[in-house]
Amino acid sequence: MKTIFQSELKVVNIGLESFQQALAASGCQAVQLDWRPPLALSEKDRRTLALHRGAIDKANKKAVDIVLNGKPFLVGLEKAVDVLPGMRKNSVFHAGPPIGWERMCGPMRGAVIGALLYEGLARTPEEAEGLASSGAVAFSPCHEHGAVGPMAGVISPSMPVYVVKNEEHGNHAYCTLNEGLGKVLRYGAYGPEVIERLRWMAEVLYPALARAVAKVGRVDLKNIIAQALNMGDEVHNRNRAATSLFYRALAPAIVRTCPQPERAAQVLEFINSNDHSFLNLSMPASKACLDAARGVKDSSLVVAMARNGTDFGVRLAGTGDRWFTGPAPVPDALFFPGFTKEDANPDIGDSAITETNGLGGFAIAASPAIVQFVGGTSKDALDYTLQMYEISAAENNVYRIPSLDFRGTPTGIDAVKVVEKGILPFIDTGVAHKKPGIGQVGAGVVSAPAEPFERAVAALARSLDRATRRPGRQRRPEGRPGRRPLGRGR
Amino acid sequence: MVIKGTLSKGKYYDSVTLMAVARKLSACEGVLDAAAVMGTDSNKAILKASGLLSGRFAASSDADLLIAVKASTEALASTAMARAEELLKAGKKKDAGGKGVRPRSLEAALESLPGANMAVISVAGKYAADEAMACLRRGLHVMIFSDNVPLEREVELKRFGAARGLMVMGPDCGTAIINGAPLAFANVVRRGDIGVVSAAGTGLQEVACAVSNAGAGISQALGTGGRDVKKDVGGIMFLQGLKALLQDSRTKVVLLVSKPPHPDVVAKIGRALRGAGKPVVAVFMGAEPELVASLGAFPAVTLEEAALLAAGLSLGEKPGAVLGGLLRRQDELAKTAERLAAGFAKGQRYCRGLFCGGTFCAEAQVVFRRYASRARSNAPVAPFLDLRDSWKSVGHSFVDLGADEFTQGRPHPMIDYSVRNRRILQEAADPEVAVLQLDVVLGHGSNPTPASDLAPAIRDGVALAKKAGRHLAVVATVTGTDLDPQNKAGVEAALRKAGVLLQPSNASASVLAGEIVRRLGR
Repeated sequence: MKTIFQSELKVVNIGLESFQQALAASGCQAVQLDWRPPLALSEKDRRTLALHRGAIDKANKKAVDIVLNGKPFLVGLEKAVDVLPGMRKNSVFHAGPPIGWERMCGPMRGAVIGALLYEGLARTPEEAEGLASSGAVAFSPCHEHGAVGPMAGVISPSMPVYVVKNEEHGNHAYCTLNEGLGKVLRYGAYGPEVIERLRWMAEVLYPALARAVAKVGRVDLKNIIAQALNMGDEVHNRNRAATSLFYRALAPAIVRTCPQPERAAQVLEFINSNDHSFLNLSMPASKACLDAARGVKDSSLVVAMARNGTDFGVRLAGTGDRWFTGPAPVPDALFFPGFTKEDANPDIGDSAITETNGLGGFAIAASPAIVQFVGGTSKDALDYTLQMYEISAAENNVYRIPSLDFRGTPTGIDAVKVVEKGILPFIDTGVAHKKPGIGQVGAGVVSAPAEPFERAVAALARSLDRATRRPGRQRRPEGRPGRRPLGRGR
Repeated sequence: MVIKGTLSKGKYYDSVTLMAVARKLSACEGVLDAAAVMGTDSNKAILKASGLLSGRFAASSDADLLIAVKASTEALASTAMARAEELLKAGKKKDAGGKGVRPRSLEAALESLPGANMAVISVAGKYAADEAMACLRRGLHVMIFSDNVPLEREVELKRFGAARGLMVMGPDCGTAIINGAPLAFANVVRRGDIGVVSAAGTGLQEVACAVSNAGAGISQALGTGGRDVKKDVGGIMFLQGLKALLQDSRTKVVLLVSKPPHPDVVAKIGRALRGAGKPVVAVFMGAEPELVASLGAFPAVTLEEAALLAAGLSLGEKPGAVLGGLLRRQDELAKTAERLAAGFAKGQRYCRGLFCGGTFCAEAQVVFRRYASRARSNAPVAPFLDLRDSWKSVGHSFVDLGADEFTQGRPHPMIDYSVRNRRILQEAADPEVAVLQLDVVLGHGSNPTPASDLAPAIRDGVALAKKAGRHLAVVATVTGTDLDPQNKAGVEAALRKAGVLLQPSNASASVLAGEIVRRLGR
């Protein structure tokens, strides 16, 4: 103890800032810790987690290595009903955790109506609503079928999807094709122009892309994402560079394989005019890497964050198929002229899968072009990324940030760190109007809500506790009620 | 009347920032009451008690910000709510001026300040022990300013720290000076060769200032928190601090400050002092001087006496000379009292002490025992009795305004004088009150403008008594140094101008108050 009297005093101040200021004024080195209360967790769970910290860290290392080593390739395009596990003729898959028609938000309902019109299951929006509320439609989360969808994320049987394969682990992930901006299905619009565009995508865009991908064999998505991060994208709210790279990878093959030059031109124009084309590839690329890490016992690594516009859901590698949910927050956003926060729907979409994979908000320091979403200066963006390192299990080995001297992006959210430090994942997001049929009203950022993480970590703590209290006995989580077998709708 | 409330999820601010905001809101036009708190259960209970609880607050968690305003009209309530947002934003803006990203976790903080060796923790009590343990595990000494830390956690932390040679100052440790650096509510004092271990926060401030003002200086001043010397903790850190100072080559004189420690702890201190090799002065507030003498330490009855004895030893003066000086002053105070006593009206006979420092409240009672057999306090020293209602004085009363009943959801009275200022007027209006005794504590963290915040209330109190044909004597002392941000000499001059009978120490102020009331009501 006397040794401190002989050394230079250096202070970490946790709490009242005036104490740090007084120390600094007296010439003492003192750093202020920006403290927040930890998230709610019972004393018992806290102790269990402390006791098992070693096992959790080991499991997280295993899980995050699986994520980092994932090799996502675009290998083809198919009709949803032909490839999505568990999809039936009356299926409608949606973004986020499970939800029924009665609790669906406006844009989600709008997208469901649009999908039923598109499938020809209803002739009018009223008829579609009647059908949706009748129980005849089998709703299920995309995430439970190896798929992801931006915003409402609605996938119906005859929609074309990208097929992404994680060649390291052999698993697949799926996502629809991006429709562009304005009045689009994913934001809950279902007018005639929306349905018409979906038909054009199925009849023209889909076959052209499918032929081109078959021609080139496969497209290395990880490579495109890594390059795009060096070109100012974070591949969630900004996909301009990645879309260009994707266009370059496929354009000659599209031209060569298209029977009519005019159609090839239309397809190229469509991709070229939509900066978000690649979002529907950065998402399944992320999903394919994260899905491979599911089921790693004792791991608190987040393998999915997803919102359905009502609830925000989280799944951990070590808690099986369970969703842990809480109310979805309304994003802080820059709104298009004529709209305000009053018009905004709570956060929606599976696109937070990019953040879960160390991209999007976690990599916003790579994307100076969109800093107006986070406060206007590139320092703000850097600060957000730097903060995310504190809740991440690893730094990415491929995705790197130029302005941080090519440091790997913070990758793999550790839910225990989230709860202990009270630092919530930071997500880039688009904002939908809360009424169906209107579409996008802004874009911005949102912090994940605390509740899903608190619940997930509490559940992990309980399962760790049960495992210790019954030594020698195998845990049999599959048999417990409330669980669904992997990849099946309910 | 309208009550408005907002809940902001996940917006954390520290309590001092929020109390400052609430205070400014309360001063807004048409606002009757306002609160800005984090959504903890205890804060919600406070909101409920003051009628500011909205239904929507029910679901709040500790990490959510609650703002509530009671105003005369809807429009004024809305204006106040908007003002709250501005005030909080202004605070945040200032933050952003710093360099680099602010660490949000201990690991990140240690990365940004390599070689950090001390943590000062002032988060809410229920989190403080976990934060302290995390710091100890990383090899940092800790000072826990927070109170409301469970006793068993304190014992756990101190055992853990002691086993690793780490200091655990507190919980409820208001102040310390390590290597000359002021921690928490510390004064700016000269450096020197007197090492202090104190289980009493304002006691440490008073002795450190008195040592410095007497021309000597402080090598180290360690706080332990008041519970350290009780039976359960067993003096773990008091003893560890004492031993460290006995070994410290830059410490020539050791000064111990505490309320009477548990007999087991006294015995341990005695053992530690055997063969100490340097002079030790101890003030165990309220204990018999013989007890201290039996340990082989110089006994002192008051903080001032202890500080002056230590300063004398440091500067090579004889203890007898120091004590002689104090006795002579006592005679002079008796004469002053004799002169003042003639000026009171019939019926005026009681002393009311209103303290921000808990140690001062205790010390005043220890001194007052010489002058009166009956008095009351919300923190009584035997043989005095408990003041049943802390908000209402009876007879001679000594009130610790830093006690829990006054600080729930409010800033400490060292920072915010409003509770005491109101109480001054309340006491001044009492026809039986002759003397008011006050303490003013300077230093980092304390009220930055003590003179201008306190003097008007004193003037109003004196005028109120005068109007009723009475004379009110206001006796006060300023704990601090001229190096403090508030400047002791300047504050003293302003208080003198307001008619205060200014004394050089709390002990001296207590003697004067006692000498006055001894002559009244006979």
